Amino acid sequence: MRQLGTFWRAFRRNGTGMFGLFLLVVSVVLAVGAPWLSPHGPTDTMRDPVTNRVLLFAPPTEHGPLGTDDAGRDIWTLLTYGARISLSIGFLAGVLSIAVGSSVGILAGYFGGWVDSALMRVTDVLLVIPDIPLILILIAAFRQLDLGVSPLVLLVMVIGLLYWSSTARLIRSQVLSLKERQFVQRARAVGAGHWHIIRRHILPQVMPLIVANTVLVMSTAILVESGLSFLGLGDTTQPSWGTMINFAFSRNAVSNGAWWYYLPPGLAIVWVTLGCTLVGNVLEEMLNPRLTRHHLEGEAALPRQAGQGATPTELFTTLTGRARSDRTDDGNQEHGR
Amino acid sequence: MTLRTPLLRVRDLTVEFRLESGPPARALESVSFDVYPGETLGLVGESGCGKSTTLMALMRLLPVSGRIATGQAWFEGETGLHDLFALNDAQMRRVRWREIAIAFQSAMNALNPVETVGDQIREAIQLHEAVDRATADKRVAALFDLVGIARNRINDYPHQFSGGMRQRAMIAMALACKPKVLFADEPTTALDVMVQAQVLDLLKRIQRELGLGVVLVTHDLGVVAETCDRVIVLYGGRIAEAGTTDSVFNRANHPYTQRLLEAFPDVALSSERLVSIPGAPPRLNALTPGCRFAPRCHKAFEPCRSEVPAFWSVPGSDPEHVAACHLLDPRWEGR
Repeated sequence: MRQLGTFWRAFRRNGTGMFGLFLLVVSVVLAVGAPWLSPHGPTDTMRDPVTNRVLLFAPPTEHGPLGTDDAGRDIWTLLTYGARISLSIGFLAGVLSIAVGSSVGILAGYFGGWVDSALMRVTDVLLVIPDIPLILILIAAFRQLDLGVSPLVLLVMVIGLLYWSSTARLIRSQVLSLKERQFVQRARAVGAGHWHIIRRHILPQVMPLIVANTVLVMSTAILVESGLSFLGLGDTTQPSWGTMINFAFSRNAVSNGAWWYYLPPGLAIVWVTLGCTLVGNVLEEMLNPRLTRHHLEGEAALPRQAGQGATPTELFTTLTGRARSDRTDDGNQEHGR
Repeated sequence: MTLRTPLLRVRDLTVEFRLESGPPARALESVSFDVYPGETLGLVGESGCGKSTTLMALMRLLPVSGRIATGQAWFEGETGLHDLFALNDAQMRRVRWREIAIAFQSAMNALNPVETVGDQIREAIQLHEAVDRATADKRVAALFDLVGIARNRINDYPHQFSGGMRQRAMIAMALACKPKVLFADEPTTALDVMVQAQVLDLLKRIQRELGLGVVLVTHDLGVVAETCDRVIVLYGGRIAEAGTTDSVFNRANHPYTQRLLEAFPDVALSSERLVSIPGAPPRLNALTPGCRFAPRCHKAFEPCRSEVPAFWSVPGSDPEHVAACHLLDPRWEGR
């Protein structure tokens, strides 16, 4: 708990991370608060209060904050309810893929030998096969089988079980180096079995990496879900952001100039994935041992880092005998990084 | 000397490492020794001579490329006499720490940096004994007392300990399950002289109190002279000379042991120049026939390069003192 507090204080200082977190929190609020944030239901048809005519393709100036679609439904309502589907699929598929990826990575890295070879060949195959065609075929095949699985569950399963290869590779490389550390050997000398060592000594050390990666994988999952729904493989009875764009496209929103139909879900997807990517990158930067400086350097490293910017300038001055031109500032920033 | 039963009898231990290409590297060859209760056995030699490999082979913790080619290690355990190399993995796990424990060379690396020291010692206890947390905690506290660390440091992390404390904690952990044999792999190498003395005193005291058989691996001859009852000098994976510490140090007969002793500074005779041994230890994957030390030996003669020397007891010392050198072979008498 104490470590979590320290971590939060460090995270709060990071502007990029906080911005990403803000984006994510807003989208979660949108999803959770959907029934309260919009006065209509997702299937309600909007009518003109005076003429009682159904509002088709009504622009935002005519109705609500974001106008209506081809069937007279409120876009803002669809957007908030769509957030529920998109975010929950992203979350579930992300967690599933991380669970599979981490397990594969830990097993392959820890046991090595033929276990490693077998698991990594599967990973390689998944990395090499183009995902979208594979997913199309899988989903089509499962639909044909008619197993009675809801299309959303199917999406979660397919995304979760196909997008774990990069996680597996990342975790495996970390475990490979961890298992050679002496405290792991000491644990074996103490008489610990494999499961004990994995649970007690390996997992806690790769956990930060897993957490950071989860957020990144979620953004991939949301993107893939949108792509698949756009292609009509989602649940057409429930609005997700991808489904909305799919409808907008098939109902000629583009040629009708109804930008308020396809732009909001598109921007929402960008909003959430940007949030995930920013938070994920910052988490990775903070938690990945290879990207962080040693804890003892900590604060002391900061002024030195800022001071480094002067070095190229000094060098330039000594080499040419004159002060740097107006490009100095840019140069400083570049080298100071 | 009374008749004693050894706790551990190692016979004809040979360890090979598989290499990327070429023949395997032979890290240990036909090494035999006994470990007695209440006695410290020193394993000395240069880096790469097989000291740590011996311990790791006996714990069956060699890296995957390593293989025990021949040998037996008879251990008198609670359930009778066993050959450690014939046990299955589950049986071996029960032997580790309950019967044979090891204190690693660098305690900092051997302790998990993200767990408290107390937790790690408790882990060792709970892995082997079905005790509840409170009992285990009490044992951890008792172990801290035994090695002289204040109890309020139990919940500290390894990086909050000093080097000496970490080594003490490592010893406490090694003693957690009351083993009969303790392997100490260069327990004092990274410590300064004062702390080194404290840790060695601690080891001696604990050994006396608990009647442990200790195998101490070190390249520090001073440590050997101070703490070991018997000593084995290893060179290139073979035993060069073995015997009681007193006998080996005062009547060294193997040229390697002699050179090793000359290379060690003597405080009393400070004017003496230190001697180094020219050359490097043998490449273990391209071994020459004959004596391993022959290429670097100043006394080498014809048979040293063709014939493996047998163990000869050293004249004028106790019968346990042996050296593997052709100079002691009666066939070459008169050289």
